[in-house]
Amino acid sequence: MGKLVKYRLNGREVEAEEGRLVIDAAKDAGVEIAHYCYHPALGNPGNCRLCVVEVAGAPKPMPSCRLPVKEGLDVRTDTDAVKRAQAGVLELHLVNHPLDCPVCDQSGECGLQDYYMKVGRYPSRAREDKEHKGKRIEAGPHVMLDQERCILCTRCTRFVDQVTKTHELGIFSRGHQERVEVAPGMTLDNAYSGNVVDICPVGALTDRDFRYKVRVWYLDHADSICPGCSRGCGISVHTSTKRPWHNEGRRVARLKPRWSEVNGHWMCDDGRYGFANLDTDRLGKVLRLRPERVELSWVDMAEELAGRLDGVKVVASGMLSNEDWAAFKALFVDTLTVQDLYFSAEPDQIGAEDDLLRKKEKVPNLKGAEALGLKSGSFDRLAEDLEAGKVRCLYVIERDLAKVWGEARARALLTQVPLLVFQGPNKGALGDLAHYRLPATAYVEEEGCFTNFEGNRRPYRKALEPIGCARPDWEIFKLLQEARS
Amino acid sequence: MTVRVVERPARTLAVQIYFIEAWKGLGVTFRHFFVNMFRHAARALGLKGWAPGAVTIQYPEEPAVLGARARTRHRLLKRDDGAPRCTACLLCETICPARCIRITAENAPDVLVEKRAKSFDIDLGMCVFCGYCVEACPVDAIHMDSNEVEIASYSRADMIWTMPQLLGDEPKRPSSFP
Repeated sequence: MGKLVKYRLNGREVEAEEGRLVIDAAKDAGVEIAHYCYHPALGNPGNCRLCVVEVAGAPKPMPSCRLPVKEGLDVRTDTDAVKRAQAGVLELHLVNHPLDCPVCDQSGECGLQDYYMKVGRYPSRAREDKEHKGKRIEAGPHVMLDQERCILCTRCTRFVDQVTKTHELGIFSRGHQERVEVAPGMTLDNAYSGNVVDICPVGALTDRDFRYKVRVWYLDHADSICPGCSRGCGISVHTSTKRPWHNEGRRVARLKPRWSEVNGHWMCDDGRYGFANLDTDRLGKVLRLRPERVELSWVDMAEELAGRLDGVKVVASGMLSNEDWAAFKALFVDTLTVQDLYFSAEPDQIGAEDDLLRKKEKVPNLKGAEALGLKSGSFDRLAEDLEAGKVRCLYVIERDLAKVWGEARARALLTQVPLLVFQGPNKGALGDLAHYRLPATAYVEEEGCFTNFEGNRRPYRKALEPIGCARPDWEIFKLLQEARS
Repeated sequence: MTVRVVERPARTLAVQIYFIEAWKGLGVTFRHFFVNMFRHAARALGLKGWAPGAVTIQYPEEPAVLGARARTRHRLLKRDDGAPRCTACLLCETICPARCIRITAENAPDVLVEKRAKSFDIDLGMCVFCGYCVEACPVDAIHMDSNEVEIASYSRADMIWTMPQLLGDEPKRPSSFP
């Protein structure tokens, strides 16, 4: 932290760190300055010229994203000269903008719309024909590029240059022909490509997955944590539930990164598009499938099942929250004294890792189990025991064993288990083999905490109502535990 | 339609003191009263055909007379090439206070059109005929000038008009009594 100095902001004396950019210092003091090109993680090229402020002693308005705070600086953001300058800059940004808001997915969260209403409001003077450039260009598997809508703030090119260092996007040509383009022979297919959609202040880069599914003003937002790996990135879950005919009937419309110290401003594409199977084959009823299919109440199920759990072997996964793990420990370790727990990340939950965000373990909360002193046995041992017929009762929690052992082998191993309990949000490939099938909530339908690989507590909120009578895992464990005692 | 500009009447003192205008209004009421009474009396005296009975319209035998700007059943308009004008911006669905419009969108084959409606349903059973959808539309794709008011049906499901029906490509068959 640098030296604190006093400067004046709109006539008010404010303290800020010396050398901090005025645009940031003003935001800390509660004054939002309109801007496009400046991004705290991508630097301040100062090319959009929208963040101009008036500084006492300076002959012309100055861009606040290039202006460091120093002692005695006198900044004004609210004068007529500033407003005129901003409106003029915005008018130039919009000269060649196609104004196709009705078909643009960005409208509703567009910087041009927002700042036109905030600092623009000028009557249009444009009489000339607009410059035409490329439209609907598939920049990559996740990103659609519209060059006409671009205001050339260079945020996206700085992202691929500075953050991913993959350099797929660049600014080509000059003057009115200047445009963002995918570099020749490349596609925007790096593991973080979705972030350019978030940082694009206009509709030039839009999400192909989200394209035309639902208008952004119909979405609800909830703070959550990405369950895609052990990094535990902060995300915002955007849901569409008010009008079920939108978004092809799915409830989660998109995931957006939410700033946190763990992930900064970004998230990876694996996490961003990892919600696709959230609502497929969801369980919503408490069922006893064998010997005959009966729907049970939670209490009846707990009373029936609790007495039969002696000698159980438990398969779980790092999808459980800290709360789930605590109840899990209380039931299986403290009450049932189970020795055989299996929850380690097997090949089904191991994937790509890099230096930026992605971690090897593709589940969020193995650390939470570790913190409680739980130890995972080897899945190979479990397979051997199953083969030898040594397993009387197997309790599978939020894990698809078909992905661990392969479907044919897992099916063969599980069919011979005398009592198989399956608990989880989705049915999976082997859900029909279970004797008891218990619906659990998905992470978007419950509150809780993950512990990420660094040991940071990552709390997440509920974004949606559970399906059917699904309950959080910890509630199910607690029910069973109460039925035991 | 030519637009006639009408001067707004000046709020003179005669208007503002209320009584004169109130009596003028009552004059209209009494004129209708006496004209109707005279015609009814004439009919009662056997003078049929000499004058119409009253100002009442014999609907449905006689067609309903609608004002030039009456808001009637919606219709969707087409471009010159025959494609629907609607770009599925969802502004009408958003503004609709009765939530009777349901639109789903898709990519349009023409890159300059970009977006078009995959389905566009209006539930006329819920519509309140406020006309906001027409005003909200940025591409002049929806009008309420079909001059059709006879849209009743025997079931709620039948009150839903789909995109081909609203475009006039497919007739809306009146449902028979169940």
